Amino acid sequence: MPTPQPRDFRCRRKTVIVHPSLDEEIAVRLQTSNGTYSMKIRLLFAVGIVVAVLAIPRWTSASLGGDLASVHDDEMKMQGTSKTTSNDAYNVQEIQATGGIVIREYVSRSGNVFGVAWQGRTHPDLRQVLGAYYDQYVQAVQAQRAQRHGHGPLSIQQSGLVVQMSGHMRSLMGRAYIPQNLPAGTRAEEIR
Amino acid sequence: MNAIFTRIFLLLSLVAASIAVFGCGGSTVSPSSGTSPAATLNVQAISVNTGPSSALGPNFNYVDGAFTSVTVCVPGSTTNCQTISGILVDTGSSGLRILSSALSVSLPPQTNSGGNPVAECAAFTDGITWGPVETADVKIAGEQAGSLPIQVIGSPTYPTIPADCSSQGVPEDDLQSLGANGLLGIGQSIQDCGTDCTASGGTPTYYTCPSSGCTDTTESLTQQVQNPVASFATDNNGVIVELPEVPVASPQATVSGSLIFGIGTQSNNGLGGATVFGTDAFGDFNTTYNSTTYQSYIDSGSNAIYFLDTSTTGIPVCSDVTFWYCPSSAENILVQNTAQAGTNGATGPATFAVGNADTLTSNGITAAVNGLAGPGSNMPSFDFGLPFFFGRNIYTAFEGRSTPGGTGPYSAY
Repeated sequence: MPTPQPRDFRCRRKTVIVHPSLDEEIAVRLQTSNGTYSMKIRLLFAVGIVVAVLAIPRWTSASLGGDLASVHDDEMKMQGTSKTTSNDAYNVQEIQATGGIVIREYVSRSGNVFGVAWQGRTHPDLRQVLGAYYDQYVQAVQAQRAQRHGHGPLSIQQSGLVVQMSGHMRSLMGRAYIPQNLPAGTRAEEIR
Repeated sequence: MNAIFTRIFLLLSLVAASIAVFGCGGSTVSPSSGTSPAATLNVQAISVNTGPSSALGPNFNYVDGAFTSVTVCVPGSTTNCQTISGILVDTGSSGLRILSSALSVSLPPQTNSGGNPVAECAAFTDGITWGPVETADVKIAGEQAGSLPIQVIGSPTYPTIPADCSSQGVPEDDLQSLGANGLLGIGQSIQDCGTDCTASGGTPTYYTCPSSGCTDTTESLTQQVQNPVASFATDNNGVIVELPEVPVASPQATVSGSLIFGIGTQSNNGLGGATVFGTDAFGDFNTTYNSTTYQSYIDSGSNAIYFLDTSTTGIPVCSDVTFWYCPSSAENILVQNTAQAGTNGATGPATFAVGNADTLTSNGITAAVNGLAGPGSNMPSFDFGLPFFFGRNIYTAFEGRSTPGGTGPYSAY
């Protein structure tokens, strides 16, 4: 029986997005300048901001299929608390996010997010969670509606993408994964 | 036309000696199966049929949906009213939602303390509904919920769905995508959001909509879109959905049943021998299958029984559609239902059929199909959808409301 999820957790939404490694790079450069804002540093900072802005679509849209940085980005965007559990094949980053939603991101040893699962009052920000797969998901939902002629859980099974969503108002859950990206020996049932 | 209908409605309300109900189309009157006189008309006809979207063509025939009609009036008015048919009966959600395209009466928008209109993004399993919150007197059978907040879906006044709403699901904002003229949400919850929406910070659900655009805001419990039956003056502790048996071997074009308001409040809505399964505030309880226990709920708004998956049940999905099961011959599934932990501890068996969905739905015009089932989702669970209602009287008791079977929330059958 599934463990009941806390429903009372809240967090503020925040939209500041900075590539962590870029952040670190700027910090390092600033250190080497002995605290002086030289022209070079300012230039680097300006370039960094441009790079960061250019990188926004990548870093805000990358979760499923993204890398470890996208997990940190999710955590930051959702202003959630997180914890990590590991086994031999992957890490699970669990984020307690907005409105009591719990999101678990499954990250392979090579740093690839191969699966995401969630549970809460609503579905999470699916543009953020599904990343580059969001449009594919929308098209698949519309195709399934045309076939089913009624309401019920969603079960999208494509060769490169599985998305399942179930539950009912105020008690929703779902998961998405990329079948071919599952680490060897990992079963889809583990993503939940 | 509407005014005439309303007068007929009121006249019939006075004839307490003979229970009469309105048909799904809002234009037929037929005797119900009730045998005892009732103080208030608490029986509403429902019908499992192909639904209003069937008008769009045979590819849009709804399968296993129970439809009814509701009357909405401008608050305080007995003439400025409209009866709308093709409303899906949904024990899996709370609140009345009506497609803007089906609504001709002009209802007052709800405004917040800042004087701005309020809109809502309601999240469902398979999509979201977006639109303004408006206020109506809602009348069903002889019951009325006064000045009830309802959602109007797909309103041209708010054509732009905020990005932080559409990111929660694919919009169901027209007849084709909703498959109904509206939803009558009569689940265990009183409100459609609850305390998550009374303080800031949660997932965007309620929005304040000044002329500059709609942004996320808080919404008090009384202002939230909520279960209409819980707001009735009487018979407001729960509902019973009654549908006749449908043999698995013979799907029906349509079947008729009743939506009865109240549990144990009148002579026609007693629990009888039904087993009460305590649920959480959202209607969830537990179901055991092959010695493993899963989360479960009873949801008339799901059009099949969605449970577990092929690897657990051994039942193959259909070759053409992965959301339904297609066994070579019909199978009976036996499960044990158990109350949510910490409630009344009840347990009892249930049996349902899983037929070949391709065969069952092959002619495309039979709307009442028993045996329609499919796999669930990531969290192995049981969604007892509409086919589970065939041949059962299913009770839904609201959270915090007293009934002869105990205080809600619960499901019973």
